Amino acid sequence: MTNVRIDLPKAAKRGEVIEIKTLVAHSMETGFRRTYLGVPIPRDIITTFVCAYNGVEVFRAELHPSIAANPYIQFTTVATENGTLEFKWSGDNGFTATETARIAVT
Amino acid sequence: MKHSSRRKFLTAAGGIAAAALAPAATAQMTRTPLNNMPEVISKLVGSKTISKGKVKLGVPPLVENGFLVPLTVSVDSPMTEADHVKAIHVFTERNPLPEMVTFRLGPRAGRASVATRVRMADTQNVTAIAEMSDGSFWSDTVFLIVTLAACLEELPT
Repeated sequence: MTNVRIDLPKAAKRGEVIEIKTLVAHSMETGFRRTYLGVPIPRDIITTFVCAYNGVEVFRAELHPSIAANPYIQFTTVATENGTLEFKWSGDNGFTATETARIAVT
Repeated sequence: MKHSSRRKFLTAAGGIAAAALAPAATAQMTRTPLNNMPEVISKLVGSKTISKGKVKLGVPPLVENGFLVPLTVSVDSPMTEADHVKAIHVFTERNPLPEMVTFRLGPRAGRASVATRVRMADTQNVTAIAEMSDGSFWSDTVFLIVTLAACLEELPT
């Protein structure tokens, strides 16, 4: 179970721009480091983050080794209707993490 | 009296230090790129030109820890169906790889404002390029000084 933190308002007015903050626990191993014995440490990073609002993609980020460990991503979206936001991270070695959050729109 | 002269001295000394730093901070510093950033950028924009402006890249000017550098990008755009930011790309010239992150937005973002945390391998320029829905490109470049570099031991020098 991957440790994921999401912060967004529980309720919003229709048409309001809401700010979403996401954090996921991941080492983001760059693939450029070596052990003390000189053996290269293989790359292990999250490559994609997608946010879908009631099944429609509203935001996507493509990550590279330059992103710090435990990737933090902050973005905005327009509160259009009641529903669910689904957050999905995927990366090397078959890594996936999914989290959902509900939002009430008045 | 003693105090006031000490204060005066400190103010004067600070002023001199600030004056010495000012040209360095305002002038666009250049360092030899260590990776293929120019190639990657030209591949992205193709034959289009990149204009300065509209994009605001926020990074601290002095970074103590290159492993965790807060980075924000905001673009001046109405974010409507007709006129919005399609993507925001962030590049560096002295990390092992030029690409840092790409954000893909649309009119449903409401506002073109994103933030993340990145690694910096060296004192260098960071460039954010915004790709608009009309096909134009806008950019902002910030020079930042890194005192403790991320992945120092791997730097190809």
